[in-house]
Amino acid sequence: MTGPTLSGIIPHLPALQVVVPLLAAPICFLLRRGSVCWGFATLVSWAAFAMSLMLLEAVLTDGTIRYAMGGWIAPWGIEYVVDATNAIVLVIVSGIGAAVMPYARRSVMAEIPASQHGLYYTAYLLCLAGLLGVTITGDAFNVFVFLEITSLSSYILVSAGAGMDRRALTAAYNYLVLGTVGATFFVIGVGLLYMVTGTLNIIDLSERVPALQDNRTVHVAFAFIVVGMGLKLALFPLHTWLPNAYTYAPSTGTAFLAATSTKVSVYVLLRFLFVVFAPSYGFMALTLDYVLLPLALIAMVAATIAAIYQYNIKRLLAYSSVAQLGYMVLGIAYGSVEGLTAAILHLFNHALMKGALFLALGCIMLRVGDVTMRGVQGLGRQMPWTMAAFVTGGLSLIGVPLTVGFISKWYLITAALDDGRWPIAVVILASSLLAIIYVWKIVEAAYLKEPPAGRVVREAPLSMLVPTWVLVLANIGFGISAEYTVGVARTAAIGLLGGTP
Amino acid sequence: MNPSFLLAVTLLLPLVGAVFMALTGGRPNVREAVTLVTAGLLAASVFALLKDVLAGGQAAATLVEVAPGLPLHLQVEPLGMLFACVASGLWIINSLYSIGYMRGNGEQNQTRFYICFAIAISSSMGIAFAGNMFTLFIFYETLTLSTYPLVAHKGTDEAKRGARVYLGLLMGTSIGFQMVAIIWTWIAAGTLDFTVGGILRDKIDPTLLPILLALYMFGIGKAALMPFHRWLPSAMVAPTPVSALLHAVAVVKAGVFTVLKVIVYIFGIDLLAETGASQWLIGVAAFTMLAASLVAMTKDNLKARLAYSTISQLSYIVLGAALATSFGILGGALHIATHAMGKITLFMCAGAIYVATHKTEISQMDGLGRKMPFTYAAFLVGSLSIIGLPPLAGVWSKWYLAMGAVETGVWMVVAFYMISSLLNVAYLIPVVARGFFRPSPNPVPQSVGAAAAPAKDGLEEAPLLCVLPPCLTAAGCVILFFYADEVIDLLRPIVS
Repeated sequence: MTGPTLSGIIPHLPALQVVVPLLAAPICFLLRRGSVCWGFATLVSWAAFAMSLMLLEAVLTDGTIRYAMGGWIAPWGIEYVVDATNAIVLVIVSGIGAAVMPYARRSVMAEIPASQHGLYYTAYLLCLAGLLGVTITGDAFNVFVFLEITSLSSYILVSAGAGMDRRALTAAYNYLVLGTVGATFFVIGVGLLYMVTGTLNIIDLSERVPALQDNRTVHVAFAFIVVGMGLKLALFPLHTWLPNAYTYAPSTGTAFLAATSTKVSVYVLLRFLFVVFAPSYGFMALTLDYVLLPLALIAMVAATIAAIYQYNIKRLLAYSSVAQLGYMVLGIAYGSVEGLTAAILHLFNHALMKGALFLALGCIMLRVGDVTMRGVQGLGRQMPWTMAAFVTGGLSLIGVPLTVGFISKWYLITAALDDGRWPIAVVILASSLLAIIYVWKIVEAAYLKEPPAGRVVREAPLSMLVPTWVLVLANIGFGISAEYTVGVARTAAIGLLGGTP
Repeated sequence: MNPSFLLAVTLLLPLVGAVFMALTGGRPNVREAVTLVTAGLLAASVFALLKDVLAGGQAAATLVEVAPGLPLHLQVEPLGMLFACVASGLWIINSLYSIGYMRGNGEQNQTRFYICFAIAISSSMGIAFAGNMFTLFIFYETLTLSTYPLVAHKGTDEAKRGARVYLGLLMGTSIGFQMVAIIWTWIAAGTLDFTVGGILRDKIDPTLLPILLALYMFGIGKAALMPFHRWLPSAMVAPTPVSALLHAVAVVKAGVFTVLKVIVYIFGIDLLAETGASQWLIGVAAFTMLAASLVAMTKDNLKARLAYSTISQLSYIVLGAALATSFGILGGALHIATHAMGKITLFMCAGAIYVATHKTEISQMDGLGRKMPFTYAAFLVGSLSIIGLPPLAGVWSKWYLAMGAVETGVWMVVAFYMISSLLNVAYLIPVVARGFFRPSPNPVPQSVGAAAAPAKDGLEEAPLLCVLPPCLTAAGCVILFFYADEVIDLLRPIVS
C-alpha cells in the first residue's frame, strides 16, 4: 500500500472499524465453505484489531476523534466518537477476536456440525461488528441498533452449542428473552431522553440532561437505562441468563462472549451514567451508593460462593464472571476518578483473564470432551501446557502478584481506602480469598489426582495452544508492567468525569 | 562485575537454572549437576555483592515500573545481604542433601521438586533485596506459590490437606492483612521505599499505629505468630529437604526478615519506641515463644517437634523487633543466621534418620545414636546452638536479644528468653539422650530402608550425601560463633 492511499484511509478509520466486519458478514455467508469462512473471518478480525490499535494511538496523541457518518453533521447524522474510554474497549473486543479466531478452526471443527461452520463464522462477524458499533457510536439510538445486532448474533453463537448439548437451545432462548427485555428497557430510556431533550447525540445529551437533574422523565429514563444495561452486563440479581449461556455455548463462543460482550455493556453503562446523566446529587447520584454499590458487593460474594460449588468448570467460570462484573460495577459505584480507573482497568484485565481461561478450557474440551472436575483429573501431567495456562489464568483471577488480577485488586482496594471505605476493602479481600478456593479445587484435581483409568489424551494442537498462551502471557505482561494500561484507564476515567470526553 | 547487574543476576540465575533443570529432567545426574552449579554460581554472586556492601557500595536496580509510582526495585542493604547469604549459602549444602535424600527415598517427580526449589530460592533473593514494600510483597507471594507444590509433593491425602492449610493461611493472611497494610501505608505516606528511620512519622495518627502494625505482623504469616502458625506444622508433610531449607530457613526467615524490614524501614524503631505502638506485640510474641515450646515438648513426631521449635524461635526475633531497640534488632537479625544454621542441621538429621530407618517418631529412636553417631553428633551440636551454649553461634543472638530486653528495662522479657531456653533443653536434649543412652528395641529393628541388612551392632548411617551436609552445618554453627562479630559489623548501619 502506498503512502497517499494509506493516509487517505486513516481519517475514515472510525467508520471502517465497524463497516469492515459488518460487510464481511454477508460475504462470509456467501463463501459457504467452513475453512474458507474461517480464514476470511480471521483476516477480518486481525484487520479490525489493527484498526483499533491505530485508533487508540491516535486518540492518545491527538485527543477525541469525532467522525460524521456519511458526511452528515451531528444533530442530523450519526456521529462516531472515539476517546480514551471506548478506544480501549475497541482494542479489547477486537483483540480478543483476533486471538480467538486462529484458535477457532480446530475447536469449531470438533464442536459444531460441518454444515453450520459458515453460519457460525458469519454470526461471529456480526457479533464483532455489533460490539464494535455499540462501543464506537456517539448516538444513543445507534447504540440500541448495534446492541440488537450483537444480541441476535450472540444468541446464535450460544445455540450453536446444541450439537454438543441440546440444553444450549434453552440457554439461548433464555438469553434471548432476558436480553430482549434488557434492550427494550434501554430503548425506552433513550426514547424518554429524546422526549425531553430532542436529541439522540450523546454529546448533545450530555450538554442538556445535567440541567434537567430534577426532571421526573429524566429520572425514569435513568432507571430504565440502568436496569436495561444491568441486565445486559449480568449485574446481580439480573445475571441468571449468563451461567447457562456460557456453559452450553461452544468453547470459542464462550471465550469471545465472556471476554467482550459484558464488557461492552459495562462501557455503555459508564458512558450513560457519567457522560449523559453526570449525576451530582439527588435521586441519580444516590443510585450509585444505594443500588449499584450493594448489588456489586453482593455479586462479588454470592457469585463467588456459587462458583465454589460448581462441578462443571465452564459454569464455575461463568459464576466467577458474575462476581468479576461486580468488581467493575463497584468501581463505577465509587464514582471517583480512582474508582473509575479501577473499573476500566479491570474491564481490560478481566477480558484477558477470562479469555485465557475459556480458551484453555476449550483445549480440554477438544481433547477430553469433558470440562467437569472429573474431566480435568490428572491433566496436569497429560496436558501440561494447557493446564499451566489454566493455572496462570486462575492465579490472575485470584489476584496474585505479577498478574493483571493483582493490578486490578490493588487499584480497587486503593480506591476504597482512599475514600475511607474500609468495609468495602474487606469485602473485596474476602471475595479474592474465596476465589482461591474454587481455583484450587481445579488445581488439586488436575495435579494431585490420577486420571480416570484408561483415559489417554494428548496435548492440545499448537493452533489452539498459541492463542491461549498469547492471552496468558498478556496476563503476565500487563501484570508486570501495568504503567500503560493504568495510564489509559486514568485518562479515560478523567475524561468520563470531566463531562465531555 | 557491575553490582547493579549482579543484583538482577541473583534473581535470574535460579530461574535460568530451573529452565535447564526442566530440559535435563530425563537425566538425573545432569539435572542435579545443574542444581549444584546454579547454587554455586548464586552463592558466588551473593558473595561478590557482599564484598561490595562491605566496601560501602549500595547497589540498586529498578527492574520495571509495575504501575505509576510502584516500581519493582531492588536495593542492597545489610539486613537483606545477611538473609541472602544465609539462603544462598545453605542452598548449596541443602542441594547435596536433597540428592542424597530424594534418591535414598526413591521419591517421585524429582524434576518438579528441583525446579520449584530453584524458583523458591529466586523468590527469596527477591525478598532479600527488595527495595520497597511492594517488591517485597510480590516476591513474598511468589515464594508461597512456588513452595506449594513442594509441600504437596507426595500427593497423598495428608499432603493435600497439609498443603491446603499451608496455602490457605499464608495467602489468606498476606492478602487479607498484609496487602491492606501496604495499601494503607501507600496512601498515608505516598511511598513504599524502605528508608532508614521509617516513612510513617507524622503521616499517620499515632493511635492507629498499633492497628497498622497488627495488620503487618499478622499479615506476615510466614513469621508464624500465633494464632496464624498452623501452616508450619502442616508443611512438615513435605520431603525433609524442603522442611530443612524452606521451613527452617528460606520461608520462615523470609517472614521474620519482613517483620524486621517493616519495623526498621517502614515504622522506624524510634517512632515505635516513642509511641509504644509495638507494646502489644511483645506480649503476643512472648506468648508464642513459650506456648510453642510447650507444644513442642508434647510432640513425639520429630519433625513436628522441630516445627514447633521453629515457631518458638521465630518469635524470639519478632520479640526482639518489638522491643524497638538497636540491640533487639541486631539480635533478631543475627538470630536469622544462627537459628538457620542450627535448625537446618536438626532437620537434615531428622531426614537422615528417616532415610536410614524410616522412623519418624522420637519414641522409636531409642539407641539409634549408637548406630548413627555422625548424625546424632550433628544433631547434638545443632541443639546446643539453638539452646544457646558457647562455643556455638546461637549464644550470640540470644545475648543480643537479652541485651535488647535489658535496654528497655522490661526484665520480664529477659526472664521469658531464659525460660524459653530452658524449654529448648527440655525438648531437644531428650532426643539425643534417647539415641545414645537407651537400649535399642530388640530383636530386629523393623525398618524398611535397612531391611536388607541383618541387624548388626555396626554403623547404619544414611547415604553419605545425607550425613555430610548436617555435619557441615554443625561445623558452621561453631564457625559462626567466632565470626559473629563480622556479622554484627555488617548489620550495624541499620540501627545507627
